[in-house]
Amino acid sequence: MGHQVADIPDVTSAQGAGGAPPAIECRGITKRFGHVLANDAVDLVVRRGSIHGVIGENGAGKSTLMAILHGFYPMDAGEIRVDGRPVTIRDSADAIRLGIEMVHQHFMLVEPFRVIENIMLGAEGGMLLAGGEAAARASLARLGRDYGLVVDPDARIGDLPVGARQRVEILKALHRGAEILILDEPTGVLTPQEADDLFRVLRALRDEGKAVILITHKLREVMAVTDRVSVMRGGKMVAHRETAKTSAAELGELMIGRRPAAAARPAPATPGPELLSVQDLRVRDGAGVERVRGVSLALHAGEILGIAGVAGNGQTELLEALSGMRRAESGTIRLRGEVLPPCDAAAMRGRGVAHVPEDRLRHGLVADFPAQDTAILGYHGDPMWRRVLGLISNRAVEAHAAGLMATHDVRPAAPRLRSSLFSGGNQQKLIMGRELERAPDVLLVGQPTRGVDIGGIEAIHRRLRAWRDAGKAVLMVSVELDEILALSDRILVMFDGRIVGELPAGADERQLGLLMAGAHA
Amino acid sequence: MTRPLPRWAELALLPLLNLVLAMAVSALVVLAAGQSPTAALHALAIGSFGSWDAIGFTLFYATNMAFAGLAVAIAFKAGLFNIGVEGQAAMAGLGIALVCLGLDASLPALLLLPLAILGSAAFGAAWGYVPGWLQARRGSHVVITTIMFNFIAASLMVYLLVNVLIQPGQMAPETRRFATGLAALSSFGFPGRSPANVTLILALLAAFVVWVLVWRTPWGYGLRVVGSNPEAARYAGIDEGRRIIVVMAISGALAAGIAVNEILGVHQKLILNFTGGAGFTGIAVALMGRNHPVGVLLAALLFGALAQGGSELAFEMPDLPRDMVVVVQGLIILFTGALGALLRAPLARVMARG
Repeated sequence: MGHQVADIPDVTSAQGAGGAPPAIECRGITKRFGHVLANDAVDLVVRRGSIHGVIGENGAGKSTLMAILHGFYPMDAGEIRVDGRPVTIRDSADAIRLGIEMVHQHFMLVEPFRVIENIMLGAEGGMLLAGGEAAARASLARLGRDYGLVVDPDARIGDLPVGARQRVEILKALHRGAEILILDEPTGVLTPQEADDLFRVLRALRDEGKAVILITHKLREVMAVTDRVSVMRGGKMVAHRETAKTSAAELGELMIGRRPAAAARPAPATPGPELLSVQDLRVRDGAGVERVRGVSLALHAGEILGIAGVAGNGQTELLEALSGMRRAESGTIRLRGEVLPPCDAAAMRGRGVAHVPEDRLRHGLVADFPAQDTAILGYHGDPMWRRVLGLISNRAVEAHAAGLMATHDVRPAAPRLRSSLFSGGNQQKLIMGRELERAPDVLLVGQPTRGVDIGGIEAIHRRLRAWRDAGKAVLMVSVELDEILALSDRILVMFDGRIVGELPAGADERQLGLLMAGAHA
Repeated sequence: MTRPLPRWAELALLPLLNLVLAMAVSALVVLAAGQSPTAALHALAIGSFGSWDAIGFTLFYATNMAFAGLAVAIAFKAGLFNIGVEGQAAMAGLGIALVCLGLDASLPALLLLPLAILGSAAFGAAWGYVPGWLQARRGSHVVITTIMFNFIAASLMVYLLVNVLIQPGQMAPETRRFATGLAALSSFGFPGRSPANVTLILALLAAFVVWVLVWRTPWGYGLRVVGSNPEAARYAGIDEGRRIIVVMAISGALAAGIAVNEILGVHQKLILNFTGGAGFTGIAVALMGRNHPVGVLLAALLFGALAQGGSELAFEMPDLPRDMVVVVQGLIILFTGALGALLRAPLARVMARG
């Protein structure tokens, strides 16, 4: 931690350097949620004409800081200057007036509307739309020319691929006069090509003198596109660096606070018999698009099979089909050698296939339910909590949840607390506990540690390894390379709905990256 | 970021404050009409609870409200807004009439009455089932279809009572009187000359059954998951479509309680518009009762008292327009239902400080 102190003068020098004040300057930003200090006296200086990376692990405080800059939360203490002037940002309208625009991880677009109508949103220009539309069209043409941001203004958002939707978000921000553009994890949903396009646009924006803040936890991106980088950890700003003068290794170390454990893989797996296998599976998503296009795979007892891939390459639909949430279009699924008839999720659970879903808020829990009710989701018909006349006993449900919370270290251990009031990591531990409780032979798990803090990640990884060591089969879908590499005994790479490669444990990261990018062709 | 209120405050204090607020605004309205609010409140209270007769009438109206409120509440637990209680109750009345007209000559009352109640429940359930099926299997929004089904039911009733079921040689669009030994249903030893009847007991029973069904069975658990997070239902393997269809049928069967109370309990013949808008008031009752059977029963009592006290008020204070009672009812619906969250944030602030 010694390097922290040395960094502080680096920040101050940015302030006085080169005449023009920085585009945005934060001093001592502090934000507390209950007893959690999300931002602890955070400093950040971003110059015009630069791309500034803000990196840190989940829960490091990046998003809180950006939310404060964009007026989502008031800060408890600190000062923000824009172009040298102290400002107060009470809400996002204030932020927009100051030229601070944010492109969220989840796009804020109206899907049935056309591109042009989305661009005008918030800048409609008077009673009649015609004037605003003409202005938007003109600026769309100009922005397309200047930055290579080309989108058909009359296309409907719902018809556009993810990369194009993101361009619309950026165009919307620029149309409203953005000078400081914040992008929150912009590449999480992009294919490598789309990400390259995005970086080209960001460089063009920088050359125009805009300030770009890129929030990410991907070191590759930071090294590739930023000019400067600030590292957050545990709510504190721990370092500022010129990108040219640092390395991915150093940044990684700063982010985690220690050297990454060098291949701390436990004993290799001893795979047993085949438990689950899939032949030529094809699955369509809700919109009728074929997302899984002929996947075959086999999962053995005593192994963790990692499915790697950039999000949106069919992993979600594969998992949904295996868990019974979605009917497969064609193909066969075998469980313990036996061909399965079409099953719904309840039937799959009954056959010993448990599922920790990718999106825990959407699928894994019911936000309004007390935790004890979430803890029986999918198993609510179980005789374990049914008493008189087969009715569900609240007391038994509560006792069950209390036991689950103790075994799986869910905090707070409050069965009656609403599910939505638990942190992401604790929600995940609760769901994991629920699914492991009946000792399923096959565990399907999607994005096991998305939005989970570091302590929680380690606990969940330990749990998955222990499950494998107990001779069970785990199929894990993750978009986190590090997670895939840390846990998998075998890695299958999915691209465009197909398995494009299989790698052994401890595979070369670069090779994996190439496969994920679809470079097999 | 408002913190959630403690349960007791959410369930008791908040509705009570809303009611007080509604009453205060109503007092201003009465004052503006040049009348004394205290006298009006007095007349209202005496009119609804001042005598055995008054209490009987209040409970009679409350029975309608309770069934209507339960019907709306249970559908709402699955995230469905059943606006069609009025039509379902009307059809349930038809069910009673068909059973009674067809069999009252041949069956003793002890057999006929349960059969008539079953018939009404079946007709009400069918009138809820169809919109439920259309919602679950064809994606037709249940709000739209239930509104339409109200119109269809109303027209059908007019047609049948004017052209088919009318008593020959009569002008009034109503059936003949059922020949049932109805002493059993029309009173259960309740003092006074009110229409309060056994249906009241059925309402209490229905509330208990709804509570057990929704909060104590795996089926009800699934229902609540469907209502709170349909995606989680898919994850859990709960068949959303089937839940929707079944709960709409149950909702329609509960609506039939209104028909039992009115037709079997009082009129003993099928007449037009016997529901009197109770089906719509049920929406307000469910809203105020927070879609919980106990809350629904309490809200039903309040609305029953308003209905009964209101007619007394019009009698006692002829200078106060009859519409004023409707205004008061409207204000209560407004403050307890639509503006139910109005006081939540300030209350949460006060309680956090205290």
